[in-house]
Amino acid sequence: MSHGFDSWALSLVTFLPLVGVLLLVLVPKAEEEMIKWVALGTAVATAAVMGWVMAAYDYGAPNRLHFEVNKSWIDVINSRFHIGIDGLGLPLVALSCVIVILCIVYSWNHFPEPHNPKAFLALLLVLETGMNGTFIAQDLILFFVFFELVLLPMFFLIGVWGGPNRQYASLKFFLFTMFGSAFMLLSFLALYFKAGHTFDIATLAENVKTANISHGTQLLIFGGLFLGFAIKVPMFPFHTWLPDAHTEAPTVGSVILAAVLLKLGTYGFIKIALPILPEAARSWAPWIGLLAVIGIIYGALGCLAQKDMKRLIAFSSVAHMGFVMLGISTLTSTGINAAMFGMVAHGLITGMLFFCAGSVKDRFHTLEISRLGGLLESMPKLAWILGFASMASLGLPGLAGFWGEFPAILSTYSPAAGLSEPLFRTFMVVAAVGTVLAAGYLLWLYQRTAFGSPKAEFAQQHFHDVNLEEWIAWAPMLLMIVVLGLWPRLLFHVTDTAVQAIASRF
Amino acid sequence: MLALIHSLAQVPFAKPHIDYHALAPEIVLTVLAVSLLIADLFIDETRKYVITTIAGVGVIAALIPIVTLAVDGSDRSLFGGAYVVDNFALLLKALFLVAGYLTLLMSSNYLQEGDYYEGEFSFLVVCSLLGMVVMASSRDLITIFVALETLSIPGYLLAGWRKRDRKSNEAALKYYLLGVVASAIMLYGMSLVYGITGSTLLTDIGAKLPTITDGKPLAAIGILMVIIGFAFKVSAVPFHQWAPDTYEGAPTPVTAFLSVASKAAGFVALMELIFIGFVGRPNVWAPIFWVLAALTMTVGNLIALRQTNIVRLLAYSGIAQAGYMLVPFAVAGDNNAAQKSAFTAILVYLISYAAMTLGAFMMVIAIARKTRSGEISSLGGLFEYAPGLTVVMSIFVASLIGIPPLVGFWGKLFVFRAVLDAGTGWALFLGVIASVNAVIALGYYGTLLRTMWMKPVPDGDRRPIKVPQSLVVGLAICALAVVAGGIYPQVFTRFGDLARFF
Repeated sequence: MSHGFDSWALSLVTFLPLVGVLLLVLVPKAEEEMIKWVALGTAVATAAVMGWVMAAYDYGAPNRLHFEVNKSWIDVINSRFHIGIDGLGLPLVALSCVIVILCIVYSWNHFPEPHNPKAFLALLLVLETGMNGTFIAQDLILFFVFFELVLLPMFFLIGVWGGPNRQYASLKFFLFTMFGSAFMLLSFLALYFKAGHTFDIATLAENVKTANISHGTQLLIFGGLFLGFAIKVPMFPFHTWLPDAHTEAPTVGSVILAAVLLKLGTYGFIKIALPILPEAARSWAPWIGLLAVIGIIYGALGCLAQKDMKRLIAFSSVAHMGFVMLGISTLTSTGINAAMFGMVAHGLITGMLFFCAGSVKDRFHTLEISRLGGLLESMPKLAWILGFASMASLGLPGLAGFWGEFPAILSTYSPAAGLSEPLFRTFMVVAAVGTVLAAGYLLWLYQRTAFGSPKAEFAQQHFHDVNLEEWIAWAPMLLMIVVLGLWPRLLFHVTDTAVQAIASRF
Repeated sequence: MLALIHSLAQVPFAKPHIDYHALAPEIVLTVLAVSLLIADLFIDETRKYVITTIAGVGVIAALIPIVTLAVDGSDRSLFGGAYVVDNFALLLKALFLVAGYLTLLMSSNYLQEGDYYEGEFSFLVVCSLLGMVVMASSRDLITIFVALETLSIPGYLLAGWRKRDRKSNEAALKYYLLGVVASAIMLYGMSLVYGITGSTLLTDIGAKLPTITDGKPLAAIGILMVIIGFAFKVSAVPFHQWAPDTYEGAPTPVTAFLSVASKAAGFVALMELIFIGFVGRPNVWAPIFWVLAALTMTVGNLIALRQTNIVRLLAYSGIAQAGYMLVPFAVAGDNNAAQKSAFTAILVYLISYAAMTLGAFMMVIAIARKTRSGEISSLGGLFEYAPGLTVVMSIFVASLIGIPPLVGFWGKLFVFRAVLDAGTGWALFLGVIASVNAVIALGYYGTLLRTMWMKPVPDGDRRPIKVPQSLVVGLAICALAVVAGGIYPQVFTRFGDLARFF
């Protein structure tokens, strides 16, 4: 690394938001304009550094870490400050940087009760540090630190700014995640002791090959990782915290939760669990695939039963993350690439759906589907955007959602060597049924909310259609959904080398 | 009798060589204690806060020789090996002095506003500190005992400082009676150990204990009694009954002092005894510590779940935290690697425990200035009118839970590393108990967080809290330690290797 900035870039991407938090602390609470501009400025600066990283990233190079920094951190346990970015982390960090900016813009003029923009934005920025750090950490302890750093800000965002049942929802979120991460940490420690007293992800992957760990132990270690990541994803049957958290969270919280936080789990599978413990992954894969397809069907059926729009979108997340996990469970490059694409696409699309839901809630003060209706009449622009996002979500070809689902289903036709073909082809059929159900619940949602004429209670009211902040916050997401849908290579090109390296282990 | 005196007189008296540099911290504290008493006589009633200021400056002054000794770096052994100044001693002396300084910071306003005697208070705190500082250097049963009494007796008095308050009287009496019983048991145990090994020097005991053939059961009883004596001191279950009542009744700064500095002193003594004196007999002490650790964690946490008073909650949480610190003792005897990592784990945990617990207590004092209540529910809606304090308190609570990147997380991580280094079935079982307890603890710490951030203000009084400057300084020190130590744990985890005396 000849260039001085190269070695600083990733640290800046991670820690600039914290600098912003410090600045926010110094601004008096009453100076709301200034607070908003400081937060926005920080997020934009972070994204700018990330933009520079993306520009300087060598896309043609074989799989390796870019902008790597490897400094001593805690010598006693041989844990190092090892960061770097590869094809897996790059799209996700970029997503997180963009989403945070959009969330700040969206909140500009309507912070949820009890208002307090200073604390709200500070928590948002702490969250950004946690998210970005998780995607660039190359050391398990560092990864864990960032992974957990996300927990408290989200707990407070839901618990302070959330809906009526927020305390229950936030505590549930907190306890579920803590429970999972305890097991994850145990697995990290087990790897440390079994595979050469290091926490470095790449070194561990090499060491495990030769370390002669019994298959049973590997299965157990993978099990610990599985619990930690599967709860975060969340996979069926660990998903029960998600609908509550989403329903109660403020709009921005829901968006970040769906767009980035859930990806911490799937990313963990791809980045840590699969490469370090390929043998155990092969034994676990059928079970992961099974839970994934159960999640797809269960999430879809759950959607059909929902009366609340936000809760419905939350259940659709369970189904969509099922597709991502199904792709991962095939252990093939197609499947994992699809999963990576699915993560980004789901982030954009479901984030967009939550934005729409939030805006509907702002105006109608309810999300009860049976009370809505005739959105196309009362707020045509918002209704069209909702329709667009629903179409993207159900996997319409030409929009981003398609490239997450279709290759994932395709990959189950021929899973990696050693996995049962008949079983995975059964999964394929079930997952395909899931896409039909997805079309069903999304179109039904759209029919009930957008078509017809507004219900009597709202008929006389005038609603302001999409306003300026909403346009600014949404336009980039809508644009990305189209661009990625038309030109999927843009993303597959980035992820493919890293994914190939992982798939070559199977 | 005459013959005895005669024979003693035959022993030529040699003036021991005294290394004044090594003893400088103790000398500074002694001079400070005496001058505080004298100064108290001459200072006007309205300006008593000067006394606390002098005490604070004096305690900081005692840190200076510690720094020079650390720079010098050589291990110094005094009084025939009974008193050793090495890295371990220096590190813990520094920890005690900082904890003492923070206690003084906490107490100055508290005492003034409560109209309690201020001069004697600082004097007693400094005396107790002197005992702790001596404890860090003790390598001899008698020195350990003297240090323990020096640090405990002022503690009994301090616990009863609010003398017009019945709860405070109860606190002092309970603490005193149980403390004396514990001392008696310990002293009896020490005499047995001395009787078997013929020496009070820990290194001698360490060398002789594994080789004795006769009197093994007696030695075991001796070790058991010594450990039980210290189990009182560190409030390990089932010897914890005094702690919640004492902590609730004592003035809050004293509670903080007892639950941090005094408890740490108990652990320091245990480290000296286990890693030097009784090191050869893990078959005796390992099971005792296993039971103590398991009980202390579990009972402490379960009772903490039911507390409604914040000081009692912190008391029980402190008991549970002590349980985590006992875990490494239980596994230290399994192999060399486990012994080393257990030593590191205890030190790391002690330092992190001190920072986060002192911080939490300071917070309680700061908040109680407005709410005038010790109930957890009185913290409701704190975030609405004191967001800064809420964030700082949340940092301490999150650290007590063990959320990274705060010091509490590293403490727990190092404890688990020691458990895994030992690797035996019993060790792993204890590790499982510890992790289950970490989850139980989420219950009451989560309630605290929830109350501060999400509950409504109970009495609707949203006036901001005015925090006195001394508390601001103290809080800043603790918060900095918790956060900076969490982000770059290397600053204190390396002490584990630096300070190891075996």
